[in-house]
Amino acid sequence: MTGKTLYDKIWDAHLVDQAEDGTCLLYIDRHLVHEVTSPQAFEGLRMSGRKVHAPDKTIAVPDHNVPTTAGRENTANMTEESRIQVEALDKNARDFGIHYYPVTDIRQGIVHIVGPEQGWTLPGMTVVCGDSHTATHGAFGALAHGIGTSEVEHVLATQTLIQKKSKNMKVEITGQLPPGVTAKDITLSVIGQTGTAGGTGYVIEYCGEAIRALSMEGRMTVCNMAIEGGARAGLIAPDEKTFEYVKGRPHAPKGAQWEAALALWKTLYSDADAQWDKVVTIRGEDIAPVVTWGTSPEDVLPITGVVPDPADFAGGKVDAARRSLDYMGLKPGTPLRDIKVDAVFIGSCTNGRIEDLRAAAEILKGRKLAEGVRGMVVPGSGLVRAQAEEEGLDVIFRDAGFEWRLAGCSMCLGMNPDQLAPGERCAATSNRNFEGRMGRGGRTHLMSPVMAAAAAVTGHLTDIRDLM
Amino acid sequence: MEKFTKLTGIAAPLPLVNVDTDMIIPKQFLKTIKREGLGVNLFDEMRYDDNGNEKSDFVLNQPAYRTAEVLVAGDNFGCGSSREHAPWAIKDFGIRCIVAPGFADIFFNNCFKNGILPIVLPQDQVDILMKDAEKGANARMTVDLENQTITTSDGVEIAFDVDPFRKHCLIEGLDDIGLTMEKAPAIASFESRMAQERPWV
Repeated sequence: MTGKTLYDKIWDAHLVDQAEDGTCLLYIDRHLVHEVTSPQAFEGLRMSGRKVHAPDKTIAVPDHNVPTTAGRENTANMTEESRIQVEALDKNARDFGIHYYPVTDIRQGIVHIVGPEQGWTLPGMTVVCGDSHTATHGAFGALAHGIGTSEVEHVLATQTLIQKKSKNMKVEITGQLPPGVTAKDITLSVIGQTGTAGGTGYVIEYCGEAIRALSMEGRMTVCNMAIEGGARAGLIAPDEKTFEYVKGRPHAPKGAQWEAALALWKTLYSDADAQWDKVVTIRGEDIAPVVTWGTSPEDVLPITGVVPDPADFAGGKVDAARRSLDYMGLKPGTPLRDIKVDAVFIGSCTNGRIEDLRAAAEILKGRKLAEGVRGMVVPGSGLVRAQAEEEGLDVIFRDAGFEWRLAGCSMCLGMNPDQLAPGERCAATSNRNFEGRMGRGGRTHLMSPVMAAAAAVTGHLTDIRDLM
Repeated sequence: MEKFTKLTGIAAPLPLVNVDTDMIIPKQFLKTIKREGLGVNLFDEMRYDDNGNEKSDFVLNQPAYRTAEVLVAGDNFGCGSSREHAPWAIKDFGIRCIVAPGFADIFFNNCFKNGILPIVLPQDQVDILMKDAEKGANARMTVDLENQTITTSDGVEIAFDVDPFRKHCLIEGLDDIGLTMEKAPAIASFESRMAQERPWV
């Protein structure tokens, strides 16, 4: 018998039922819920007289819609539609008796930052949420993926999901990353190589020396963008760093249960003779600080590059690249470093954790935002914000001219008032550079926190290595 | 869920790759707490100018395609966010079937939950359908789920694959929560086993 991948192991451990045609019923250990993709699901439960099957495994937090400015605990300060959604979550959380972190709770934040922070996310679990960036939790060796609202309702009602198994893909990052290269550069570079559909039909396991060397925060950044590569989920096998991160968190096991959990978690790795359907290997030494130039996360190039010519692509990508450049207001051949920015956004479930803020602050220390550039820092959770303030990072950001906001998804998807104006160009640590994503007509360049900080200082896309 | 059996209708060509869910339904329309009424905002930023007027060059604004029921699209359709508002908007507009060389995973799943049939075909076959769709309102395509065929206006028949369980659910219009609830004993026994093996969960 051949060995199993980490994905195979987690899958097998959660299989409730398997039909002859391969359709499976998979048990879900944690269900994270936010205000935007859940109202219709709770409404569905009410209409059919169903209950939440496992309220203790269900965690709700408002994040997409909430303002990141002071006074937001008063919902009268929200737009009418946002208020209705946030109040609906509040009511649903209380009516159905699920765990809940409202904006008045310091633990509130982006759902994918709150889950790991509170110890809800543990190795070997299945984790779902009505949000594609649920892949983030894969950093713990948990099988985690986004679902639609109908599936949210299905999980609420049954604590299971109807699934077909994906294929296994291994992405190995060997060796060591050069200075100035971060987890964000890894994950963007992988997408640049495989394309946004390269992972479709697969669960990716990231491995290799460069992945092992990453902190848990870095690993979350890598897995977060697995979805941008098309994969159902991204995974990293848990190790001592994982266990150290999890230990002592509010909902992590304690005492004898901790020991039992640890023993099981140590079996969570892909066997040496496991079968892979696809393997991608990238040398860590070959990864450079990267930025995106277009409107798809696969439009990635090292910062030393130039805006590409659409004619250099093939198939449907020729028109897509032309459309992207038109939208982005860029001309082929322009050095990426010459692209001026109007705004800098540091935050999101990709890069809104304490390590990200520390890295950006390190660059911004004693420096100022370039003339005419606006900057916004949105911590991923209330606890990240408090930690940053304890370390004095808020002072560095404020002194540099950044706005220091409250926790939420903010400008990453622009559902709250934090948006780009038409034509405004932003260096962003978020995950999507889609047309209109951060605001109608807004132009997004994705990059790491240190690269965003560098662009903030110079006023144009910048090679972080020039500031180191 | 509304059943899907056989459909004959106008097909709209959208030969763009990587059409993401932000394009299909921009974020400002996710603030609804209902599933209905999103059709008017389908492809909002491609369909309307800054003043809310229709852009005449966008396919669904052209007289021939205003009542399209099939969409023929480029690869990796529906990538990005998990928002089910995307298939809700498509369905609300009146489109019941999307044909493309590939779909993003979550969007693909979401379609089946809403009575929409997403069909994956090789690029060369999508090209045939794209050409047919470009003929306009007189070119009506037939999508037959039972027999798993698409027939172009010229009578060219193309076979497609579909997952048998999903096909069954679409044809019968089944609510899969109800189906899963029939497996309550299996879920309960799994949970009691897990309470022993992984009590920390």
